[in-house]
Amino acid sequence: MFGWELPPLYSGGLGIACHGLTKGLSRQDVKITFVLPSGQKDIKQDYMNIVFADSETSEDVKIIQINSILTPYLNSKEYNEKVNYLKSLAGNEAFIYGSSLASEVTRYTKAAAKIALNEEFDIIHCHDWMTFGAGILAQETSLKKGKRKPLIVQVHATEIDRTGDNPNNFIYQMEKYGMERADKIIAVSNYLKNVITHYYFINPDKIEVVHNAIEFGDYECDETFNLNKNYKIVLFLGRVTLQKGPDYFLKAAKRILDVRDDVRFVVAGNGDMWFRIVEESANLGIGDKVFFTAFLNREGTNRAFKLADLVVVPSVSEPFGIVPLEAIRHGAPVIVSKQSGVIEVVNSCLTVDFWDVDEMANKILGILDNNVLYNELKENGKKELEHVTWDNSAKKCIEVYNHVLGGGKW
Amino acid sequence: MVSVCFYFQLHQPYRLNKYQVFDIGRAKNYFDDMKNIGVLQKVAGKCYLPSNKMMLELIRKTDEKFKVSYSMTGVLFEQLRDHAPEVIQSFQDLSKTGNVEFLSETYYHSLSFLFSKGEFKEQINMHKRLIKKEFKQIPTIFRNTELVYNNELANFIENMGYKGILGEGADHILQWRSPNFLYRPKTTRKIKLLLKNYKLSDDVAFRFSSRDWNEWPLNAEKYAAWINAVNGNGNVVNLFLDYETLGEHQWEDTGIFEFFKQLPFEILKNNDNNFMTPSEVVKNYDTVSELDVHNIVSWADVERDLSAWIGNNMQMLAIRKLYEVGQEIIQTRNEEFANLWRRLQTSDHFYYMCTKWFNDGDVHKYFNPYDTPHDAFIAYMNVLADLKIRIKNWRLENEKKNFERRSRKNLARL
Repeated sequence: MFGWELPPLYSGGLGIACHGLTKGLSRQDVKITFVLPSGQKDIKQDYMNIVFADSETSEDVKIIQINSILTPYLNSKEYNEKVNYLKSLAGNEAFIYGSSLASEVTRYTKAAAKIALNEEFDIIHCHDWMTFGAGILAQETSLKKGKRKPLIVQVHATEIDRTGDNPNNFIYQMEKYGMERADKIIAVSNYLKNVITHYYFINPDKIEVVHNAIEFGDYECDETFNLNKNYKIVLFLGRVTLQKGPDYFLKAAKRILDVRDDVRFVVAGNGDMWFRIVEESANLGIGDKVFFTAFLNREGTNRAFKLADLVVVPSVSEPFGIVPLEAIRHGAPVIVSKQSGVIEVVNSCLTVDFWDVDEMANKILGILDNNVLYNELKENGKKELEHVTWDNSAKKCIEVYNHVLGGGKW
Repeated sequence: MVSVCFYFQLHQPYRLNKYQVFDIGRAKNYFDDMKNIGVLQKVAGKCYLPSNKMMLELIRKTDEKFKVSYSMTGVLFEQLRDHAPEVIQSFQDLSKTGNVEFLSETYYHSLSFLFSKGEFKEQINMHKRLIKKEFKQIPTIFRNTELVYNNELANFIENMGYKGILGEGADHILQWRSPNFLYRPKTTRKIKLLLKNYKLSDDVAFRFSSRDWNEWPLNAEKYAAWINAVNGNGNVVNLFLDYETLGEHQWEDTGIFEFFKQLPFEILKNNDNNFMTPSEVVKNYDTVSELDVHNIVSWADVERDLSAWIGNNMQMLAIRKLYEVGQEIIQTRNEEFANLWRRLQTSDHFYYMCTKWFNDGDVHKYFNPYDTPHDAFIAYMNVLADLKIRIKNWRLENEKKNFERRSRKNLARL
């Protein structure tokens, strides 16, 4: 499996999903070689083994790190900034990474293919476009070794979702090529399946939906916040980028603050729109009632959820969306945009079109002002989550594995 | 006759902690004590102490001909008192020579003139009391935070009884006129305006160690010659500088101290030159004409306006929200709240939020304890939100107490 980030280094949902699914699979006796880029982070091997230690058959997960500075969601501009920064530390000669995002992906792909040469495997499973090349090369390697192994590409989000109809062509082509070469595509929602068929012209029969899930466990935060004694808190948590709709969150906040003073808003996370959003809060004159945190680690995220009375996830396009599940797990009701895959697995949330700011404001106040509705969403949400487990997702994933191993074509 | 008039600004803000949203309502310490003490001790060692020693020597060695003036903010005074009292002592020693004058300004280095005249006046009086108590002087000359100035200010300050006021000798207000004379601000009767000679001031403050400058290296002889050149077409050369220029902005190894140690002697070589403090300048020279400064000028950046502090919406919002709670805070008559509120008025907090050259990186960055102006804004607004909650809770508590007291009284009456 060509995957991403492991805890506690998550920068977003992709890492969480890879980790959750891998754990679910290993609990059902699937042996996994987990390959991931881990350039600057330099994770210790014994730590890596602990990561999967709570799955029953932890020895079944083998982890291989490739020295690369790729991270999920990286775009060309951010990559170049990172390269410049690292060069300033190490000097040009010591620099081993690609000079552009594309060349670094190529470098990673070649390194991954070498691993495929030495490893035994039956199926190749890769996650999102940066690893598609690695999967394809691994498949070609397997063919040279005698038996072509099936390739499964799992899509968590496409360039279309991330950029809103303004895709980087290189990435789009890479995604499309991977989807075409794959024996089967796993999409994390029907919503995403639609995007893939519409924008990438893939036969829907080739696509299976395996929803993401959520891990229950020790996520409690027993801190109390004085801010809660004085205000109702509405939380936006996620990358502050176009895809996640932070600007619509601010506009809804403005609507509410025009008429009420007992609600406060928190924007947690960073991203390429962060500066603009901070400035916009001042432009709208609500900068004293919208609070910002920069990027939060696991612990910080738990605190933010604890602080929140209500979580709004106004994504412009969200193939799945793990944040709403996390919010529900923490006992916070959620409002999710209709452009989200997560609403296929939970019903105990309110939905709104991301652009419909009035309705968003309306529903925020509706939940905050109505205790019955508030508790209903809170309690039922938790109940629903009991069925949204990684074991269930893994089961579906194994069905897909069996299908392709049985020579099943789509 | 040319009189050289030195005035040095002395100020360090109470920098804020990176106050988090999770801490709002917890009344944690707003100020980054570690950082503030660290900066203070660094500057005391590199600038204040060696410079004061040098000034004292210069006064002695020139047979008391050398003179200098300072404007020290209340917030710096408090920090020195708490963490570097030997610096206060050395300023008191300087004050005793009679050759050192302390100017008047707002205690909290605030922009209150623009937002609350009552608060402005209060802070000036607080500062005046401080100077009188600590340095045994009653200031007669006023300088506003960052040399923010216009006609209205001059009028206001005249009515408070001051004889002189300092301003920036910006080209756009002077036009063809020279900064080397005194002016009478429009709308005033008697007060005199001293204008900074920014060319000669900045030669020392900014260009002294710049190798790109065609006058580098600058020595005392050359600089004295430039001052001599004013003879015949000016009365006074006003050199207004941050005190940190000595040893901190210009490090010791640039030769700044050597330059300064020689400068008074080079200037005094010409018998037509002397040194004066601002109040002596005002006493000795008449104004040459009226000067009309309707729009605000300051000494910051090339714009010489307010854009370094209230140029973007983050800054505007922060400062507006700060003064909005003013009335309420005064009404609580709670000294702790008032002190916190006033420390938040220090102009540096708003300077840190300046985005003018955010992308290029420049002097603003050098003075900025935050990574970005946005971080400064966030920390500030979080602190302000906390303060508001504290006031609210204090008031509720108070009302409860009052109610109980009244109830008891009424019961007793029954």
